[in-house]
Amino acid sequence: MSTLVEIRNLHKRFPIHGDLLDRIRLKGGRLELREENVHAINGVDLTVNKGEALCIVGESGCGKSTVARTVMGLIEPSEGSVHYQGQRIDNLSPREMMSYRRRMQMIFQNPYASLNPRMSITETLEEPIRFHQSDLGKAEMKDKVAEVMQAVGVDPSWGKRFPHEFSGGQRQRISIARALIVDPEFIVADEPISALDVSIQAQVLNLMMDAQEQRGLTYLFITHDLSVVEHFGARVAVMYLGRICEVAPTRTLFAQPRHPYSQALLSAIPRLEDERPRFIRLQGEVPTPVNLPSGCVFHGRCPHANDRCRNEIPALRQVDDVQISCHAVEENRIASG
Amino acid sequence: MALLEIHDLEVKFALRSGPVTALRDISFSLDRGQRLGIVGESGAGKSVAAFSILNLISRPGYISKGKILFDGNDLAQLNPSQLRNVRGNRISMIFQDPMMTLNPVLTVGAQMVESLQAHTRISRQEARKIALEKLRLVHIPSPEKRLDQYPHELSGGMKQRIIIAIALLLNPDIIIADEPTTALDVTIQAEIMDLLLELCEDRNLGLILITHDLGVVSQVTERTIVMYAGRIIEMGPTKEIINDAQHPYTQGLINALPQQGIPGRRLNQIPGSMPPLQQLPNGCAFHPRCAYAKAACKEQIPAFTQSGGCQVACHMVAELVNQAGKSPALENSPSTGQDS
Repeated sequence: MSTLVEIRNLHKRFPIHGDLLDRIRLKGGRLELREENVHAINGVDLTVNKGEALCIVGESGCGKSTVARTVMGLIEPSEGSVHYQGQRIDNLSPREMMSYRRRMQMIFQNPYASLNPRMSITETLEEPIRFHQSDLGKAEMKDKVAEVMQAVGVDPSWGKRFPHEFSGGQRQRISIARALIVDPEFIVADEPISALDVSIQAQVLNLMMDAQEQRGLTYLFITHDLSVVEHFGARVAVMYLGRICEVAPTRTLFAQPRHPYSQALLSAIPRLEDERPRFIRLQGEVPTPVNLPSGCVFHGRCPHANDRCRNEIPALRQVDDVQISCHAVEENRIASG
Repeated sequence: MALLEIHDLEVKFALRSGPVTALRDISFSLDRGQRLGIVGESGAGKSVAAFSILNLISRPGYISKGKILFDGNDLAQLNPSQLRNVRGNRISMIFQDPMMTLNPVLTVGAQMVESLQAHTRISRQEARKIALEKLRLVHIPSPEKRLDQYPHELSGGMKQRIIIAIALLLNPDIIIADEPTTALDVTIQAEIMDLLLELCEDRNLGLILITHDLGVVSQVTERTIVMYAGRIIEMGPTKEIINDAQHPYTQGLINALPQQGIPGRRLNQIPGSMPPLQQLPNGCAFHPRCAYAKAACKEQIPAFTQSGGCQVACHMVAELVNQAGKSPALENSPSTGQDS
């Protein structure tokens, strides 16, 4: 199993302090430059193996989408690096990045926003070919578009239609077709089924799994829906407030979550067999990512937190086939079961 | 007679292209202390159904037929001032997006006092006292402080708690909650659902919960209505619907859930998508997507058949039950490996 994508010590801060004039403050008779940032990602290490589907889960604001966009080179990391097959790609020039863009494609959450409403489906699907496979002849291009439309279950004769003529599920199929058309190796999917209805979600998930099998794709799949993860992913990374809590094979995580946050998150999934809501109640609320808590970002809500958790940031450690960042787990303070 | 009874409700929207029927043949009832779930996909009409109970359908929509009997009065016939005595007072509503429901320029306290004073003659001090009491009821930490805060200072879960507190201000008999947790994270969803259930049980409230999440329905409600293309297609005890669905659409919906599939394998999908209301097919609206459809399904709209504890609008129910002997819905559902 070889590594396809590697993320090393990734940080991303978004400044919210405005321009120079906003930043200047008078303090104790001296001018000071104020700096305020949203700490979206705080030191994330993650590897995606060739051919697998790695899911990143977490609640809103945990930084999962920022990780996806940084991997794709849509935003620049503040610190750290992204490697694709051993080659660092986050600092490449746009021209150098071109060859990688063909190999990595992205599917976005909202198919109503991610398709250009003024381009017909054929135009939408031909555009990536023009950029990435400009040697293809007109007839070949046409064949390719028809073939990919067929593959995602959209009738090729609808190519002249525009996005507004399609339902949400069909639009998401078209977005998937747009990603597949350049024969990528790696697809980053940011909540690709969250905007869709249950019966349509199943269709799109099946389509993505078929495509993975037929084309040997590797997925980085971002979602907040844990039951989708359980079904779709080979491995899961649980994020909280810009950090990785736990990375584990899906089956292991769902059978035995070890990190206190993973435990709480999994306990809250509403299940068909439930008679009433049952869940591990966390104290308090997610802290603001502007002023991060010291030590472990989860300590304020964790039932197992002690002084060490409040002061020292836990590192991601390998235990069996699981990576986990928790002092309590390391010190065996959490009774299992 | 139940507290709320809906008979043959039909809602139409007068569009430029002609009237479109968004809701038809809706009949159900609810009493104090009962919890009813309405599930369906977007466009099935579940929100229209909820809004029409309080006659909140605005033009071009209108109630074209049917009765909404609440305490013996037909809400569809009341004038606006009579309706105001029911809205908020007797039946209150919780909407989907807590960010959109609260007024961003008023403090929480001001909004709560305002609703109280709109309905009852009460002094500000007294109103604040009631507000405080309701905030405690929904387990908001340091409620005194919250009264003077603005909505933007609160998290999504906290805002939804405040909206529930506002819904409780006048001690209503029934709460209608329209996707109350769809905009919230799963851990917060669990807390809010737990709170709603607790309130219903402790205060003998009736609850109509509209959601697309079958897991939530199974956790909170006693009875469930499944809607498709503006109609009720199946209703009955929640446990029966979840474990032994009769209508092919309900079965498909449950089987399509990732938690019902075998990890890594294809999910059981329903082909196609729900038709737009302007282009409903003849007969059963589900027949183009249904694996069991026969000639009758294409011509005749199915009436309700009693099957077990459920009422099912499907021509094929009797046959399907005989064929399978037991629920076909359970055939493909292996244990999820999560039961502890």
